[in-house]
Amino acid sequence: MPEQKKITPVEPGKEFDRRAFFVKMGLGSLSIAAVGTAAFSYQFLSPNVLYEPSPIVNAGKPENYAVDSVTLDVNSGIYLIRAQEGFFSLSAVCTHLGCMTAWKPELGIIACPCHGSKFYVFEDHKIPGAKIEGPAPRPLPWLEVSLSDEGDLMVDRSKQIEPMTFKKV
Amino acid sequence: MAKTITNYFDELRGTRVWRSIFRSGTGSSTLHRALAIQQNVFLHLFSTKVRTRMLSFSTTWYLGTLTFGTFLILVGTGIPLMFYYHPSVPQAYADTKDLQFVVSSGLFLRNLHRWSAHAMVFLVFAHMFKVFYRGAYRTPREFNWVIGVILLLITLFLSYTGYLLPWDQLAFWAITVGSNIASAVPGMGNKIHFLMLGGNMVNANALLRFYVLHCMILPLVAILFVGVHFWRIRKDGGLYAHQSEPGTVAAQAVPAAVKGVNS
Repeated sequence: MPEQKKITPVEPGKEFDRRAFFVKMGLGSLSIAAVGTAAFSYQFLSPNVLYEPSPIVNAGKPENYAVDSVTLDVNSGIYLIRAQEGFFSLSAVCTHLGCMTAWKPELGIIACPCHGSKFYVFEDHKIPGAKIEGPAPRPLPWLEVSLSDEGDLMVDRSKQIEPMTFKKV
Repeated sequence: MAKTITNYFDELRGTRVWRSIFRSGTGSSTLHRALAIQQNVFLHLFSTKVRTRMLSFSTTWYLGTLTFGTFLILVGTGIPLMFYYHPSVPQAYADTKDLQFVVSSGLFLRNLHRWSAHAMVFLVFAHMFKVFYRGAYRTPREFNWVIGVILLLITLFLSYTGYLLPWDQLAFWAITVGSNIASAVPGMGNKIHFLMLGGNMVNANALLRFYVLHCMILPLVAILFVGVHFWRIRKDGGLYAHQSEPGTVAAQAVPAAVKGVNS
């Protein structure tokens, strides 16, 4: 009687044969390709260079601003305010949903036309930019004000600073 | 005997040219009428045979068909509008005004596009309510309800992306507000905002992105899902009519049989 080879039986469904190997290889490559496509698509859709206006705004000479005056620059979305203590700048973009707020000289406040948020400007014991009422979740941020070499006031919209830091000129 | 219009039509349907274009032949037998539906690439999505009461106004109020009708009007008016509209910051607003005041029939096309868009949003909601209150979303039609929800979202995205294209104050601030809502998504909100606008503010990139979404990507996705939506009506047993459902038919049959024995 010829000697029979001993084959260890494999549980059904657990064989790892050539077909299973190629299926795993195929699915693995497809998954890697899918992840790669997703990653490259994300990178492709995120612009690397933006042709947006510079965050730094030239607000002109300090002597153009009267004491206790609020000046809104609609194009750059900032307020330049001259208080007794010095200059400061508030972002004019509402912290709720990004609408452009407006200075209401008759009420002495800043108000947003979209959803009715209101903010203090000159109020005793209140930080300028703090919310009076409305849906805005945060106060209007203070933006960094500096003086250029030519003596112009420069506001950097990308740099938020601690409230109550005035620029004395 | 004088020929009727039907005779002429049958003659036309028997010609070699007609037979080479349309696969179904002449004849008004049930088989031929069924073949006319089943052998047509567009109509074969639908059932070859429907009960008359399913096509009655009260069953559906034709809301789904009306929604599709507005979609066809939107495609038909939107493509001509694209010939005069440049999705760029210096031109978009002026092109919109030109369409209104300079281009022949431009005002008609633009207004038709706008009103159909409003009508489509309204009809999609009305269609959903009708399906919901009739219980037509139930087994085996759950998945078609899910496709319907996807189509609702596509409709709203189409509406939203189209809103920016006139590039006026209303458009600019609406998209500013809308995209800021997107940035409230926890964790990845700012990334979504950046990807959506192609920048940090509503600008040239955002206009172009919304244009491509509005005119290419979203309509193509909508057509795909509309196709599946229609096809599923047939696969799920036709339009929902309560009296024709197997369960109702069986329930009505039993008392009738019992009654028959007693009398």
